[in-house]
Parts: sequence; structure tokens; C-alpha cells
Amino acid sequence: MNKKYYIKDYVILRQGRLIRNGEVLLEAGNPELKDFLRKIYKSFGMRYPKFFKMDDLSRLGFLAAEILFDQEKPEADTALIFANSSSCLETDKAYSKTMSGFPSPSLFVYTLPNIVLGEISIRHGLRSENLFLVQDRFEPTTMIDYSHSLLNKAKASNVLCGWVDLHNTDYDVFLWQIAASGRLEHNEEELNKIYLPE
Amino acid sequence: MNDLHTELKKSIIDQLNLEDMDVSDIENDEPLFGDGLGLDSIDALELIVLLEKDYGIKLEDPNQGKEIFNSINSMVDFIEKNRTK
Amino acid sequence: MCAVAVTGMGIVSSLGKNLFENYQSLNTGKTGISTPEILQTNYKDLPVGEIKINNTRLSNDLGLNPGHSYTRAALLGCMAVRELLHNSGLSEFDPGTGFISGTTVGGMDMTESFFDQFSENSENLRYIQAQHPGFTTEKIAAYFGLNAMVTTISTACSSSANAIMLGARLIESGRLKRVIVGGTDCLTRFTLNGFNSLKILSGETCKPFDENRNGLNLGEAAAYLLLEADEMKGNRPAIARISGYGNANDAFHQTASSQNGEGAYLAMKKAIEKAGVDPVNINYINAHGTGTGNNDLSESVAIKRVFGDHIPEFSSTKALTGHTLGAAGAVEAVISIMAIQNQEVFPNLNFSQPIRDTGLMPETKLHSKQLNYVLSNSFGFGGNCTSLIFRNE
Repeated sequence: MNKKYYIKDYVILRQGRLIRNGEVLLEAGNPELKDFLRKIYKSFGMRYPKFFKMDDLSRLGFLAAEILFDQEKPEADTALIFANSSSCLETDKAYSKTMSGFPSPSLFVYTLPNIVLGEISIRHGLRSENLFLVQDRFEPTTMIDYSHSLLNKAKASNVLCGWVDLHNTDYDVFLWQIAASGRLEHNEEELNKIYLPE
Repeated sequence: MNDLHTELKKSIIDQLNLEDMDVSDIENDEPLFGDGLGLDSIDALELIVLLEKDYGIKLEDPNQGKEIFNSINSMVDFIEKNRTK
Repeated sequence: MCAVAVTGMGIVSSLGKNLFENYQSLNTGKTGISTPEILQTNYKDLPVGEIKINNTRLSNDLGLNPGHSYTRAALLGCMAVRELLHNSGLSEFDPGTGFISGTTVGGMDMTESFFDQFSENSENLRYIQAQHPGFTTEKIAAYFGLNAMVTTISTACSSSANAIMLGARLIESGRLKRVIVGGTDCLTRFTLNGFNSLKILSGETCKPFDENRNGLNLGEAAAYLLLEADEMKGNRPAIARISGYGNANDAFHQTASSQNGEGAYLAMKKAIEKAGVDPVNINYINAHGTGTGNNDLSESVAIKRVFGDHIPEFSSTKALTGHTLGAAGAVEAVISIMAIQNQEVFPNLNFSQPIRDTGLMPETKLHSKQLNYVLSNSFGFGGNCTSLIFRNE
């Protein structure tokens, strides 16, 4: 029953850097988050006007997923298992500021962390299982167990896992895909090595 | 084109995050929803907020929005008749 | 057919502070919808499903010391879990007991009240972490000394349905032998203003599945189930079993459901497949049925797609409880199990005219019926759709 799975490929967005499978694809110095996001959007030649309507948490997750799916579109039953520690706090704050005057509907709809999963699902037509967990810190055990259970029971053919955190101006994004074969085994040790090198 | 048309286009671009879009890109009679600017239902709600915030018009029934938000022309028309500020 | 045993449950909602009071209200069709008295808001006339017990009384009832940092959702959660413990036949939770709680509002009742004071008033600093949805879960876990797997699920209005699904899976896979699953959410100005800005709150008690429905009523509640592996259960009875579950994304819009109800359709279909039954075996659906124009139409279309000419009896109980957001899936799981225990279908209030496009007729009167399989729907913003199937033991 303990079938082995592997890390197919991954994307990291951190401190103005965009990394795919260990390779730095974009280095933007240390710009404001909004400018960093716009730069990624432009440099990959994306055309998706809805992107600019998303909140920052969704933009982070959306972009990372776009880059992962750049060469190979996800299969329809790709499950999404995400987590973070700050939920959607930044958008909560932005929306609550509008509450004293005119509460903003377009901010309110993003005051849920799982909306990022919805945005990725809309973009790629995924009607698969999706789950957003809120954890103290990056701790992949639950995501590993959950995704392996989905794969073992053939409830999904592929799983996109992700840590998408945004707190004040600090963002931390790590998305990875799981596959049946590959170089790196899908386990806690390998994931921690990628997430926190050295 | 009077000033209200331009003012409205500016605030729509700003309020609805229509990045990469300019006042000159929006025609006065172009449909705002559907095939035109491609706005969605959340944008419609945001336009209701805009009417209240900038022009003091309270829209209680969101279904009213369908006609009012047809185009910039129809919005200007409605605002001129109903504005309280 | 193997299915996960439910051996205990507890609930507090606007219908009452325990299972008995909730059942009484369901049985007599007495709505829990009123106007806000405890929630401080300018919207004095907006109907809500408010629990008329303030935080001080809840704290006293739970024996908490003044100066504690329990959020309202945590207080409600403790009440419901305490009832679950009492009727589970256990004297205490063993150290291996897991706890999975769904919430969307979490502790925002505290942060929205104290946010502006955090810099000056050190007394309220104990709530600074409360915005984090996990904070509320941890408080409930601490109250009962639960320190095995403790986790929070936040997927909007399907949160606690997903908590139940995750718990069932953990039992099936053998990772846990015993787990408390469900969810809790309280009323806040944050959500009341937000739903109001989306123009989907009704100014009267909601009318699920009615042609003239005009929006939902927000509510607050906590509800939990105890799930156990059969080897732990011993001779204690199972009050029901979870035989199916399914989750799918609608992939259509941040908050609105698609015209063809694709996500709902897929969730129901997967749940029925997992249960290993045919659609005709489903005896009753406790629908999501929020009373908004969009949800009820989309859900009706999805139900018709799944069940064809054999639409099971169905009703939405949200005109009784209000829409309790992250807690709704668990509240309606408890209601579904009560329906099975009593072999009764609970009424869909305020219905008079079917939706023109779909013509579905919900059950409007309490009545007896043989119920073997009950399906419960919970759909959340973000397109997250979940269906659960409960089976008579």
C-alpha cells in the first residue's frame, strides 16, 4: 500500500526571485510585491485580464501554477492541496478598512484563502478535489498523506500541492507537482530540502 | 464627450483594476458586460458601490444595474438624472 | 459495505443549545431567525440566526476564568464538543483522538472589535492571534486536552463538510482510530457587511427553492460528530455511518455557482459512487439551499442532472438555522443524522412557488419516512462543493 511517489517539478517565489526546479528564471531585486507580480505576468507573456482583479494571495498562487503548467497543461482530475499560515489576512485587513465607508464586494470575495484554489481551477477547468489547510508553519506531512491517499485510491491522477503565504509584505510560495516516477522522492525530507535549502 | 464620461471611465478603470486599459479604449456606447469590456457580476456590485460613493445614488435592487450599466452612455444618463452629489 | 461509524454528536445553533432543543425546533418548524441582539451592528433589522447566549454566559457555563482568550466560535465549539462527549458513551477523549474543525470566520469577532485598540490596550492583546482560523481550533482542542492530530480546514461554506470527509478518510486509512470532526462559526460585522455588499442578504426569513427567493440569512453555530474505527467502538452503538463523500470544484466564479451546477453535480455523483449505491437509493437530500437566486437554481439543475426523473425528497433547513457558513456542513450533518434517527424529513419553510426553470418541489411539512441513505450538500465560495452521504446503522 505504501506506494512511492516523486516530486515532478516545483516553483518557488521568494524575495523577488522566481525559481523553477532549482533554476532562477527571474530575479527582480527586491521590488514591491505588486511590481514583482506584474513583472512575472509580463515576462511570461500571460494574457488573462482577470489576473489584475485578484487579491495578492490569489495572484501569487495563480502565477506559480501558471509557471508550473507552462509546458504541460494539468489533467482534468488534478487535485489541489494547499496550505499557509496567514490565511488571507492581508485581504481581510484591506476589506475591513472599507467597512467603515462602503464595504467593497470585490475585496470581500477574496477574504477566504481557498479562493486562490478557485482561481486556479477556473483557469484550467479543474473540477477536481481541492483543500486549503491553515498551519503554523510549512509542515508538509498532512499534504503528503492527503495527496498519497488521493493517488492511492485513484481519486486523482495528479496532485498540485502548494504553500502560498502572504503576511504584511512577506510572501512565500512553494508549489510542487507529484508524479509516479522521477528523481526526487515525494517525502518530508526532500520537500524540506527544497523549501529550506541548507 | 463631456467631462462626466471621462471621469466615469477613469474611475471604472481604477475601481475595477482594468490594468492595461486607457480612457480612450472604452467607447461610450460599447457594452460594459459580456463581449464588450468583459466585466462580471462582482464588477457590477463594485459599480453599485461607485454610484453611491461618488454620486450619492443608492441602488437597492441589484437587478436595476442591468440597464444602467449597459454602457458608459447609459450610466452617464442615469447619473445625471439621479445624482445627489 | 464498510462505512465509518458516527458514535456521538453535539450542536449549538440558533435553534437551541443542544441536540434536544435543535430537534424540537426542527420538529415544530420553529425558526431560529431573528434580528441581531448580541452582535453589535448598524444593521439592526437584518434577519440573522443568532444564538441568544452572550459570551459571558457561555464562558461561565464552560467554567472559564475571566481573562481567557476564547473567541465566540471557540466557546460555541466547546459547548458542542462537550455535548458530543456526553452522548458518546465515553468518559473522556483518549490521547489518540484527532480533532478537525472547519471555520471561515474563526476569531474575527474579536479582531474586528479590538483591532483599533491593540496598540493601546494591552488587555486585549490576547486576541491578536485570533484572526488566524487555527486559533479557534486550538482553543477548543486545549479545553478538552486534545493534542493528537489537530487541524483546521478553511474552504468557506463547505469547511466543516470537508472536515467530516477528511476525518472519515483518516479512519478508513487507519491513520486515526477516533476523530472529532465538524465546525464552528459566529456572526460578525465582517461577514454581515460582506454578504450585504454582495447583495445576497434577504430582508426577511429566507425562502429556499422558492421562485421569489431573495437572499440568505447569516447564522452562527457549532456542530461536531465523533467518528470511530469499528474496533474502538466495541459494543457502543453507531448512531449512523458515513458511507459516501465527494468533493469537486465548480471552476466557474469566485462566489457564484455555474448555470449547469457542474461542481455540485460532480460532488453528488462522486459521493453516490463512493457509497456504492444507485441514485434511487438516496431517500432524502438535505440541500445547501441558501435562498439566493443563484445557489438554489444551480443546485436544482445539478440535482436534476444526478437524479433524472427520480428526484428524492429534499429540503433546505436554512430558513430554520440561517446559513452558518463554515459550520453549515456539520450542522446539516447533525440534522441529517437526526432525520435518520427519527425517520423523519424536516420541512423547508417559506416555500410557496417552485422555481420556474426547474419546477422542483421541496418538502414543506414534517413527515415520517423510511430513511436509509441521506445526502447532504455544502457548497462554498471558491467553487468548493462537497456532498456527504449518511446511512442508517
